[in-house]
Amino acid sequence: MTLTRRQALVAGAGAVVATALPFGMPAFASEEDTQKHIMEFTGGKTPEAGKITLDAPEIAENGNTVPIGVTVDSPMTADSYVESVILLADGNPSPGVATFNFTPMSGTAAATTRMRLAKTQNVVAVAKMNDGSVFMDQKQIKVTIGGCGG
Amino acid sequence: MSTPKPRVKLPKSAAKDEIITIKTLISHDMESGQRKDKDGNAIPRKILNTFTCEFNGQAVFSCNMEPAISANPYFEFNARVPESGTFKFSWVDDDGTVITHEQDIEVK
Amino acid sequence: MKTRLTIISLAGGIALGCFAGLAHADPVDDTLEIDGQPMITRAPAPEGHPFDEVLSGWLFREAETRAVEADSFQNPGMLEVERAAEIWSTPEGTAGKSCETCHGDVSESMKGVGAHYPKWDKDANRPINIELQIDKCRTEQMGAEPYKFDAKDQKAMTALIKNQSLGEPMSVDLSQGDMQSWWDRGKDTYYTRTGQLNLSCSNCHEDSMGNMIRADHLSQGQVNGFPTYRLKQSALVSLHNRFRGCIRDTRAEFPKAFSDELMALEVYVTWRGTGLSVETPAVRQ
Repeated sequence: MTLTRRQALVAGAGAVVATALPFGMPAFASEEDTQKHIMEFTGGKTPEAGKITLDAPEIAENGNTVPIGVTVDSPMTADSYVESVILLADGNPSPGVATFNFTPMSGTAAATTRMRLAKTQNVVAVAKMNDGSVFMDQKQIKVTIGGCGG
Repeated sequence: MSTPKPRVKLPKSAAKDEIITIKTLISHDMESGQRKDKDGNAIPRKILNTFTCEFNGQAVFSCNMEPAISANPYFEFNARVPESGTFKFSWVDDDGTVITHEQDIEVK
Repeated sequence: MKTRLTIISLAGGIALGCFAGLAHADPVDDTLEIDGQPMITRAPAPEGHPFDEVLSGWLFREAETRAVEADSFQNPGMLEVERAAEIWSTPEGTAGKSCETCHGDVSESMKGVGAHYPKWDKDANRPINIELQIDKCRTEQMGAEPYKFDAKDQKAMTALIKNQSLGEPMSVDLSQGDMQSWWDRGKDTYYTRTGQLNLSCSNCHEDSMGNMIRADHLSQGQVNGFPTYRLKQSALVSLHNRFRGCIRDTRAEFPKAFSDELMALEVYVTWRGTGLSVETPAVRQ
């Protein structure tokens, strides 16, 4: 029998949830904090689903360096483009991760970076179009600690 | 710490209005402000907080970074190239230092 | 089914479910090319090796981590390699020499060199690794101080030199000097249980290779990627740092870096990876 990574994680459930921060246990952000940040970004509008895709691993091999990317469906012309995308994480000490600002010169509304995740949590990406409409995608990323390697 | 030297990767030439991929990587600890030293004192936050990319003076892409961005920040993004010119990249440190890098591209 | 339970007797009675409920996952069936250059991540084991095939740790990592190593541009370890290229040509010490003064262009003079260390050193009458070879140059040729263990520049310079052997299969020449007896000693260390957890290198990297130790996928513990860019530290990690980390995790006192014990271990463990490409700076979790 070969267990998949996920099965292995479930099997060892007690061991997997942990913080990647080496010293101390800072207070963590919450879903409410994150919601507040979203509303500040959208100007009070509730984002719709669609148009934006958040690309991230289901399980992060190390929470210190998690690749994360966003792509927004937009023609990126002077008339119709994505102004910005905010990335938030609801289980870090504070929800803010990054804000990507695009222009029609970006050609494509897509960007990739690497982020820190203190524990298993939801990562949220919200896109704001130049006409003021807002779209959202979110993903839960599991953060594990290793054996000796972690 | 000496000024970090950024790495930037983009093509030397492109067709007019081609959308190219740009990758950047820079050495920086991105000290989050959440860690403590051996004596239990908080290590103050010191991160690169802003990254910008311009082409011939026009904004292409920028990013406002929070301490949740990993050490040695990496970005991959796109740019439309309307004409030959110069890409200018800059990274702003919390301490006010600005690191810049320029690279030319030729439209054939 | 390869799941096995290991019962660990713990001094002090500390309950730790470290090895309970092991799950097995095969190394991935994937090929590594770094900037298009193929790497040997699976090689037939040398005679007398406990495995039939030696496997790079790259095969045990997740897709995202593997991808970072495959694109040298994205690999943050390369920032240090680039920085070391400047150190290479910067004079230091009383003789006013840089590495370049004697060795010229690093990409020519050091090509393939790092793949065949540790080497027997007649003067020291013991094997030396790249770190000690650099120190030898610094003290004897440049009139500079040896690097402190794990100084940022030591790791960067070692990575620069090993990176010039990227793709080259590793081997050690055991016919030189007394290398064979150091190999024997390293083998003894490899199989000797230490620490409160009573673990040897072989318990994890031979008996349990491929198993999950909590969420960590145990590899063969190969050294072909050191110094390695570790995501955990977000920095280069040297081989002797990793040795000490492993020994510490068995809850044992760990030997000094470059001590006879760890140098012998480096000789033996390098031999265990014979034929694997140098991947320095590899990217690991």
